[in-house]
Order: sequence, then structure tokens, then C-alpha cells
Amino acid sequence: MTTSETLYGIFGAVFSMLLVASLIGVTLKKLNHRLVPGVPPAVIDNLNARIQAWWVMVGLLGLGLWLGESGIIGLFAFVSFQCLREFVSLTHTRRGDHRTLLWSFFFFLPLQYTLVASHWYGLFSILIPVYGFLLLPISSSLGRDTTRFLERTAKLQWGLMICVYALSHVPALMALEIPDYSGRNALLMVFLLLTVQSSDVFQYVWGKLYGRHRLASSISPSKTLEGLIGGILSATALGTALWWITPFRPWQAAIIALIINVMGFFGGYVLSAIKRDRGVKDWGTLIEGHGGMLDRVDSITFSAPVFFHLVRYGWTV
Amino acid sequence: MSKSKTPMSGLPGFRGVVARYMAPEPFVASVLCGFARLLTGVRAVWLGCVPENQPRIYFANHSSHGDFLLIWSVLPPDLRWRTRPVAAADYWQRDALRRYLAQRVFRAVLVDRVVKHFHASPLEAMDQALHAGDSLILFPEGTRNPERGLLTFKSGLYHLAKAHPGVELVPVWIENLGRAMPKGSLIPVPLLCSLTFGSPLTFERGEGKETLLSRARKALLALEPPGD
Repeated sequence: MTTSETLYGIFGAVFSMLLVASLIGVTLKKLNHRLVPGVPPAVIDNLNARIQAWWVMVGLLGLGLWLGESGIIGLFAFVSFQCLREFVSLTHTRRGDHRTLLWSFFFFLPLQYTLVASHWYGLFSILIPVYGFLLLPISSSLGRDTTRFLERTAKLQWGLMICVYALSHVPALMALEIPDYSGRNALLMVFLLLTVQSSDVFQYVWGKLYGRHRLASSISPSKTLEGLIGGILSATALGTALWWITPFRPWQAAIIALIINVMGFFGGYVLSAIKRDRGVKDWGTLIEGHGGMLDRVDSITFSAPVFFHLVRYGWTV
Repeated sequence: MSKSKTPMSGLPGFRGVVARYMAPEPFVASVLCGFARLLTGVRAVWLGCVPENQPRIYFANHSSHGDFLLIWSVLPPDLRWRTRPVAAADYWQRDALRRYLAQRVFRAVLVDRVVKHFHASPLEAMDQALHAGDSLILFPEGTRNPERGLLTFKSGLYHLAKAHPGVELVPVWIENLGRAMPKGSLIPVPLLCSLTFGSPLTFERGEGKETLLSRARKALLALEPPGD
């Protein structure tokens, strides 16, 4: 099969799943009280909102892939931009940080994605961790406001690392040169996104159906032990079943899927801790039913760099 | 500025409809509001009331020139035409473009901040607007505040509330716009802004100036998200 045939097949399967999910959602809505007594209507409405949002998100991803590498880079640059907006909006900054924020949004973010497009791995991997790290505080210090200076600087650097640097590892997968796999890198990205995002969905479903034991209600009231184990195992099984679109053997696909699912889980967990600290439930309101963009991709931010490095050190020449 | 000279003064009947839909101002206003919403991703939280077509004074914290536009942009269009921002004359009369925007598009009630006899003219224009059944957007701090919290309120809010006891005073907290486009900076940072509309207050009979102003100030401060 060619890459595009495989992509059509996978997207066909995902859209079919969404169709089934939508039908279930509509049925649940209709039969709410008879079918599942005790489930509040709000939960079902939220489920339907989530499913609808998935149609849009999968559609946009499909569009990006159809446009090719530049489409994917553009899509993730937008995702980064939106995430950074949400992150900084909830973070304390002061007047003296204004210029630093401008540099972050309008210089470092576009430059990072330009480096992805140019396949310049050396600078891509150090731009934000080294040059952003050193140059941005210089800009802040020129604002001559020392109130909580270290804290402000650190928070902004953290936001850039998560929202821009970590996320940019997804489209960067397109640049890896893997023997006997050329022209198929888009599938590697699909493997990462499908596995990690399905883990979120499986955790949600397992948690809603069988969740009994709360993991840590102080951080994320909806996460349960049953959801976590069921979700990660299901998503790992899905990842393993997708081995044929990757350069991995089935057992390698299983281990990699497990690693990125665990990282993805902790991505959601860590970012939830930040949300709780700021006293909010969601990062934003962009995606109906899910919250903000960062709520949707929090698991990707933690898994993408690890996945990128595993593939880069294990499979490229 | 007299109200009857503007095309969107809610003229009744056919001519009013024609005036509203043929004039370019509503279009200019929609474009500006759309732009403001896009740039700020603004989210309106109607916590204590819902948008309603009745005379109200929306009073908000003031940290940016775009404040009133943001409030304006989240109001339903039919309410928007009847809601007039109170703005500083010295700023909005500086050139032809600003005069056009303030007078024809926003139908702003322009007040002179440097006038000597403060009680006479500025309140009169606001008074007339309320009498005509319009709502006002007011920044009782009187000037932009770059810090968190609120400055002390000017007394205009009290005088208007006392003269129009039936008018609802709706506190509106504007979050993040002052950070997105602070005083003296040209390029805005694309932060997400939110507006929180609190429960309306009304003037209570015999209420003193200090009591009402401090009640209003507290109601607005209660909407401020917790600092860190």
C-alpha cells in the first residue's frame, strides 16, 4: 500500500468510529433516563460536544496531512500559538514583560516552526532551551521591574517549552530519515497522535464506565485508577495493532506505545496541577466539551519529544 | 453631541430600518467588534445577569483604550446600538477619524476630563442618554489603571444612579486586556480576555455617596479573578 492509501484507510476507520460514537451519543441523548438511570444529562451533552469536536479536529488533521508537510507545520504552529495564548493568559506577567511576550509570540514561535520546515535539527533542538532561555530574560530585565522576576521569567520559559518546543516535535517527525521508510513519515505522526489521543478517550470511557477509585482528587477529580489502567492498556493495544504503519516490529510498537501513553498521562496530570494552582478547570473555551486547546494536546506535549527521540536514536541512520 | 443627529438612534418604522441598514456605521462597528473578538478571543461570562434591553450602566475596571470596545463587542447587536460608551473628549476628538468613530460609530458620550465646573456638563450628556432609554458603559476609575485592583471611584456613578433610581448598575470585570495592550505600547500581545458581568445593583432610597460607591466598588472587585 502507498502512504496515501494507508492514510485514507486509517482516516476512513477513524471517521467510522466517530460515526458509531455519534450514533451512540444521539441514542444516549434520546433514551437518557430509560437506558442509563442516574447519569445526569449534562454528562451526555458533554459527551456529544466532545464527539462533535473530534469530527472537527480529525477533519483539520486530515486536511493538514492532505496539504503535505507545510500543512502539518502550519497546523501545529497554530496549535502552539493557541496553547501559548492560553498558557500566558493564565500566568502572572507584568508590564515589564510586554516586550518579552512579543518576542515569544512573534519571534521564537515562528522561528521554531521555520526550523522544523528547514529540517535544521541542530538549531531546532536548542533554539528555545538555550537561546530563548538566555535572551528572553534579558528582554525582561530591560523592563526594569524586579518584582517576582525569577518567577515571571521561569513561567514564560516553561510555557514556551511546553506549548512551542515540545509540540513542535510532532511535525519535526516529518524530517527524520529512516531507511526503507522514506515518504512514509506522516504515518509515524499518525501513530503518535492516534495512540496518545485514543489513550485520552479510552481513559475517559473506562473511567466513566468502571471508575471507582479516584487517583488524586486534589489534582484531577475525573481521573480514576480504573480509567488510567484500562485507558493505557487499550491505547497500547491499539498502538501495537498499528505496528504495520511504522518502522517498528510489533513488540517494539507495543513498548513505544506504552511509553508514550504513560508520558501522555503525566502530561495531562502535570498540566492539571498547574490549572488547579491557578484555580481553573480548563485552559480555555476554544473546543466545545474539551476546554481549551492546551486541554486537548496536554498529553501530546509530554509524549511527542520522547517519541521523537526514541525514533531518532533507534531508527534513523 | 445630540442624539438625533446620529443614524442609529433607534428611529422607529421604515425610515429607521433604512437608516440603520444603509448607513456604513453598523458595518464599521461589526468589523471593529469582530476584529476585537478575534484578537482577544474574548469570552463573556454573564454571571449575575443576562443581556436585556433596559437602561443599564455597565461599569468596569479600566486598563486599556480598547475596554469599551470589548464590552460593546460581546453585547448582542440590538443592545449594542442602545449602549453608549462614556469616553474622554480630549482623546476622542483629537483627529477626524477618532471623532468619526466616537460620534457616529460608537455614539460615545464624550466627557471633558479637564473641565473646571465638573458637575455641570459631563453628567448632563449621560443624563440625556439614560433619559432616552439608552445604556451607558462607564469607567468610574476615570483613568486607566496599570496595576491590579481598582482605583477610587469618581462620583459620577453615584449622581447618575441617584437621578435614575430605576437604572441597573451592572459591574463588569475586564480581565487581561490591560496586559494585552498596556498603556504606551504599540503592538498587542494576543492574550485571551474575559468579561465577567456581575449581579446588578440599584440605587437604594436615601443612600449616601460613599455607601453606593463603595458598594459598587466591592461588587466589581468581587469579580476579579484571584491573583497569584
